[in-house]
Amino acid sequence: MDPAQFFAASRVLIVAGKGGVGKSTVSAALARGAARAGLSTLIVEIEGKSGIGSLFGRPPFGYDEVVLHPGGGPEGAADVRARQLTPDDALVEYLEDHGLHRVTRRLLSGGPLDVVSTAVPGIRDILVLGKVKQLERAGAADLIVLDAPAAGHAITFLRSAHGLLDVARAGPINTQAAEVVEMLTDASRCQVLLVTLPEETPVNELVDTAYSLEDEIGVSLGPVVVNGAFPPCPGLDADPATLTAGTDHALPEAHLSAFSAAATYRRHRSQLQSEQIERLRAALPLPQLVLPYLFCTDLGPAQLDELADAAAAGIAALRALPGP
Amino acid sequence: MIPNAGPDRDPLGLVVDHAEVVVCTGSGGVGKTTTAAVVAIEGARRGRRACVVTIDPARRLADAMGIDGLTHTPTRVAGPWPGELWALMLDTKATFDALVATYAGGPEQAAEILDNRFYRNISGSLSGTQEYMAMEKLYELHAEDRYDLVVVDTPPTRNALDFLEAPQRLTRLLDHRLYRVLVGPSRGLARAVNVAAQTFLRTVSRVVGTEVVDDAIEFFAAFDGMEAGFRERAAAVLQLLTDERTAFVLVTAPRRDVVEEATWFADRIHSAGIEVRALVVNRMQPRFGGGSATAERRRAEALRGTPLQPFADNLADFATLADTEEDHLRDLIDRAAPAPVVRVPSLDSDVHDLEGLERIAVHLFPDARRPE
Repeated sequence: MDPAQFFAASRVLIVAGKGGVGKSTVSAALARGAARAGLSTLIVEIEGKSGIGSLFGRPPFGYDEVVLHPGGGPEGAADVRARQLTPDDALVEYLEDHGLHRVTRRLLSGGPLDVVSTAVPGIRDILVLGKVKQLERAGAADLIVLDAPAAGHAITFLRSAHGLLDVARAGPINTQAAEVVEMLTDASRCQVLLVTLPEETPVNELVDTAYSLEDEIGVSLGPVVVNGAFPPCPGLDADPATLTAGTDHALPEAHLSAFSAAATYRRHRSQLQSEQIERLRAALPLPQLVLPYLFCTDLGPAQLDELADAAAAGIAALRALPGP
Repeated sequence: MIPNAGPDRDPLGLVVDHAEVVVCTGSGGVGKTTTAAVVAIEGARRGRRACVVTIDPARRLADAMGIDGLTHTPTRVAGPWPGELWALMLDTKATFDALVATYAGGPEQAAEILDNRFYRNISGSLSGTQEYMAMEKLYELHAEDRYDLVVVDTPPTRNALDFLEAPQRLTRLLDHRLYRVLVGPSRGLARAVNVAAQTFLRTVSRVVGTEVVDDAIEFFAAFDGMEAGFRERAAAVLQLLTDERTAFVLVTAPRRDVVEEATWFADRIHSAGIEVRALVVNRMQPRFGGGSATAERRRAEALRGTPLQPFADNLADFATLADTEEDHLRDLIDRAAPAPVVRVPSLDSDVHDLEGLERIAVHLFPDARRPE
């Protein structure tokens, strides 16, 4: 599939997965990939501390929108912008939009969100999703990539709108929730990409999450992203000791055995990863985008481009798969 | 009192032998639950009556521990140890219900609260409730005197240290101006003073609907008289957490983002007046050979074009990882000092049986398993 077409399939892309699977890195790589395909992209981060700024070689960002990667260049890329969206910010904005500016300040002085969110469970989530919906409606970008909350919270987060329809049966929150549900369940507006590592527990949890999201919330799931797969490293099958025999590359025994141990470990790990990827394929009939594990000290713009390349290659290969 | 570990003492062994409570804390996905399970099992191995409270464990680990669902009371796990092992998966709501029943003036007051919709929302979703109930359960189990060692893993929230504040959170809610207004009509004076708050209430009604506000008023009215009990209990829980019989074990993985969070945890724990007893780093990548990444890259360069190059590259890749991991950990180790660091290598497969837990125990408690 053409990446431009892939990223244009819906305006909102929600990236979800349990903690530690590299959800934020994947969000950033996809955003960069979309921008390179010519779509102006906005990353929305909810929890802060995601490190997305540093992936683009920029400082952390806050509520105000920043440009992480200006467009242009030979490939005619579009901008990648980003902003944070915390429930508190969203609440203030919501109240202000509803003509409650004066109350807002008083509210903020005493941990009000605790009280309000106690009275109305899920309100934090709905405020954030409501804001995302507003950005989507306003055409804030060609693509909005939402770096969703971690862990099992993704389901709670996305389920909040349904829950609120029961709790607040009338009034603006009800309207807001109904509109969010409408967005979440419309495949032409919103897709969820689930991220996992090629490891046993994350794969199991992803499969459970995928079914819950489809059954309970009715969201449309895009390809599954398998992050951190060891890239192929050919030439590790032989015994390094025999390779040096008769050559002038004589190395001490200790080096050769370290070579051999590292090669065995790599092969073994790759094998385990392939098994998990296969297991995921069997358990979940969704196409997969496999992103490589990068052996480097810290991820920055160069590595992000590498991941965006891998994502683009994976997306290009999706064409070969049978359609839904 | 837990003795301090000397350089050659098994630091977690001392914790398991002497602590009455162990709190495993850290961000999500770093192996907290597994670490907690291994610590509790080690307690049983050393003849103690250990109970582990887990929160949302991976299914197969729960199976391995013999817990098949949320329970309110611990289940005994059979195994080849002289002590006892009990396990329970935290049921937040049931724990909260029991707490309400404890402090209610009678069954009628309890029933009124438990039936209230606002209460049901609180017990399910007030931020920090899960943390609060984990600590409450910990307190109950410790107070029961049926266990020598209670091990708990904290919920995988981004702000996993909420549990330090969680017990106060409900009391803060009860102290909140809004609460005063809600129960105001029966308290005469508050009414006139709080015109502003009444405005707020009307606003909330307009936004979320009057039903929600009515439920809340009913709840606070029903709760009247119970605040003191809750406040006392919250203080007692905090007391136990800061007691010297309680050991905090900070669990992390060597990834940068996770280490940053752990560093923040270490600071928070420290500022709460609590000492981290041990730092457990799970999923360390192995180091082959022992050369630094720079040295290994140089060697790979020298072998360019030979059949050994892929081997040298691969070795250099892992050396890079190992160097990076140590680099990430340096600052955390400094800040957690003098807490000893226990490194656990990345294992071939996930843990889902007692045998798997033993593979981790070898690293957490090396002394106990060292051949004589």
